[in-house]
Amino acid sequence: MTESSGNPTLNPPPVLLMRSISKSFGPTRALEATDMDVGPGEVRALVGENGAGKSTLMKILSGALRPDAGRMFLDGRPYAPSSPLDGRRRGVGMIYQELNLAPHLTVEENIMLGRESHALGFLRKSEMRRRVREALDLVRHPEISPDTPVGRLRLGLRQVVEIARALTEQVRVLVMDEPTSSLSREDTEGLFQIIRRLAAEGVSIVYISHFLEEVRQVAHSLTVLRDGRVAFSGPMKGLKAKDLIRFMVGREVKEVFAARERVPGETALNVRGLKSRRMTAPADLSLRRGEILGLAGLVGAGRTEALRAVFGLDRRERGVLETGGLVRLKGGPRMMIRRGFGYLSEDRQLEGLALGRSVVDNLTLSRLEPYARGGFLRLRARRRAAEEWAERMNIRVHSVEQPLESLSGGNQQKVALARLLHQEADILLLDEPTRGIDIVSKTQIYDWMSRLASLGKSVIFISSYFPELIGVCDRIAVFHRGRMVEERPVSGWDERGLMACAAVGRA
Amino acid sequence: MRTRRLGMRSIVNWLGPFIGLLLVIALFSLMPEVRGRFLRVSNFINVVTQSVIVALGALGMTVIIISGGIDLSAASNIALSSVIAASVIDAGGSPWLAVGAGILTGGLVGLANGGLITSLRLVPFIVTLGMLGVGRGLAKWIAGNQKIDAPLTWVNTLMSRNPEPSWLMLAPGVWLMMILAVLLAAVLRLTVFGRHVFAIGSNETTARLCGVRTNRAKIAIYTLSGLFCGLSGVMAFSRLTVGDPTVAVGLELDIIAAVVIGGGSLAGGQGSVLGTMIGVFIMSFLRNGSTMMGWPNYIQEIIIGAVIVAAVALDRLRHKKEL
Repeated sequence: MTESSGNPTLNPPPVLLMRSISKSFGPTRALEATDMDVGPGEVRALVGENGAGKSTLMKILSGALRPDAGRMFLDGRPYAPSSPLDGRRRGVGMIYQELNLAPHLTVEENIMLGRESHALGFLRKSEMRRRVREALDLVRHPEISPDTPVGRLRLGLRQVVEIARALTEQVRVLVMDEPTSSLSREDTEGLFQIIRRLAAEGVSIVYISHFLEEVRQVAHSLTVLRDGRVAFSGPMKGLKAKDLIRFMVGREVKEVFAARERVPGETALNVRGLKSRRMTAPADLSLRRGEILGLAGLVGAGRTEALRAVFGLDRRERGVLETGGLVRLKGGPRMMIRRGFGYLSEDRQLEGLALGRSVVDNLTLSRLEPYARGGFLRLRARRRAAEEWAERMNIRVHSVEQPLESLSGGNQQKVALARLLHQEADILLLDEPTRGIDIVSKTQIYDWMSRLASLGKSVIFISSYFPELIGVCDRIAVFHRGRMVEERPVSGWDERGLMACAAVGRA
Repeated sequence: MRTRRLGMRSIVNWLGPFIGLLLVIALFSLMPEVRGRFLRVSNFINVVTQSVIVALGALGMTVIIISGGIDLSAASNIALSSVIAASVIDAGGSPWLAVGAGILTGGLVGLANGGLITSLRLVPFIVTLGMLGVGRGLAKWIAGNQKIDAPLTWVNTLMSRNPEPSWLMLAPGVWLMMILAVLLAAVLRLTVFGRHVFAIGSNETTARLCGVRTNRAKIAIYTLSGLFCGLSGVMAFSRLTVGDPTVAVGLELDIIAAVVIGGGSLAGGQGSVLGTMIGVFIMSFLRNGSTMMGWPNYIQEIIIGAVIVAAVALDRLRHKKEL
């Protein structure tokens, strides 16, 4: 993919100016004298590890937080929003990863929400329909029917609806926070086209993402935050992913992926003809000890459904599972855990973690036996175990009694992984374990997966990010439209081959 | 395009409950002991007239439930309003004043609910639970813990089975209920306010982020519902001819059940006037048929409880593929 073309001229004054923004939360200094400028039609990427200050900066920009020091200017005029609504009215549109849409309402109703055309309280539907169609045309998605309830649209299209809404609000600066985390390749491409078009129309865009290659594709300029300060700010031209990582982390990151030196052993898991109701076709899988099997595919290819069936989360209709003996077809998670399986859901927020509960609770939940005596829990022993694991996995916490939601995404995911390890799982089923996480945590997780494999454990690793599959796995199987279509050792794959297989069904 | 716009939420939503209603009517029509009495026009008129009190409460409750809230004080509100209306007439006030006072009382209770919910930021369940007690207590207090015997006025003809003039065929109260139902449906579908009600119920955070004045809207929603309860109270007084502070005990459950059977979701964002009205009639016909069969009250309660669970379970099944 070609990189975006050079700088927009800096002669027209920046649309957005953020000067010396500082913010503390108690003793924690989240931001220190941070500057950021965005000119008209400029796409500025904002990158940084989790905890570097990106979300704080964006909350200040949107109006959800007030800075302790510093000033902002929008189109030359002082900009100090009192609330996110105020920010929106001034022209700063935020599109978050968790989209802000009302699922029961239609596309049109969502786009016009809060700004309905009316006469004496009665809706003027034809006029609103006109404006909605204009907006949908602007984002080149005229095929979206304005009467569809938004909850029925797939994620990629819902995002398009949010962008359309921002457009009808005369947005000056559009901030997109991790927009492609859950998008398919096509939707991501579609999004980039929309961004380029908006930039051409003069809209300023702030693009926050962990996907460094995407950032290089779509952004003109870059701001890197590290520990609350600006580590780099300048044009994107000439920068390589290596440079970006260096700015973010402050040191040379030698290899993102650990070297592979392991020899897989005997068969740990054998699956034949497994099918649940949600799967469109039966699946066969086999896994050896000390092996990492990657499952590649586009979003919606059926990998999650297959893995859920293996773990027994979805009821198995038929098939044979063998792992040191036959597994009962009706066996659910409880039985699978006892057989040594561990499962990490791709839906961290809803399924994988209990955000309101503490780190200890989450970490030890799947194996409380060692701490149980006559039905009562030995809390101190449990806490100690959690502290050991937190230490071992580099999870940054003040105390393991902290609620999980107070941790960054990367640390939350490490707790989820620690839970599997604490469970002493021999076969780990990981569904998108590194999605939406900063690069440093990702590297640590890759490291752990490697170590586990060296110890003889087995891992099934679902990911939509080809480079990490190639970097981490021993074998990769590709799913296409619900079926596993090809499986090869990693030496037989490259990114292009994976893409071709995932998109078309054959290499 | 036009049919599609009507399609998504309305048609599919009430089809289920409508089939349920037909099943209930069919069920009792098949029973030889009651078929003759049940399938008479006069019986149907009876059922519809008896539904008015619950229906009016349910209309208001529909708006509340769509917005993601709940009102446990509806029945107490009805009782209080009915007592107030009776007291006004008893004190010599004009019937018009009585009707106005009753409706206004309902509105004030609703306003109190809405105000407390938005200012104290307590969940509607708790606030209206408290109001359930306060309202009922106030009603008993004002009535001196007895029924208020009010002299008959035209107010008492509002729910009569033999309306005059006779071309009306149905009691004025019934016509009023139907007109209000149509008006409310129009408000929900055609006005900005209606759309905001759905938005708040579907995702309140998003609504607020989009500039919807959620607090103001919620106060309006509870007040509107309160007005409906007030009118329902007036109708209760009309039918009973006394202001009875113990009327409608437990009726809030029938009211909520009607909305839910009709497709309303307690999670918010979903519901319809038509569905609610069908829900009201399902329960009325169930009670009517059961009484005719001579089944004791407790059987009716068990049946209605089962119907509520069945209706919601079926609804969940239907919506599984969507949202």
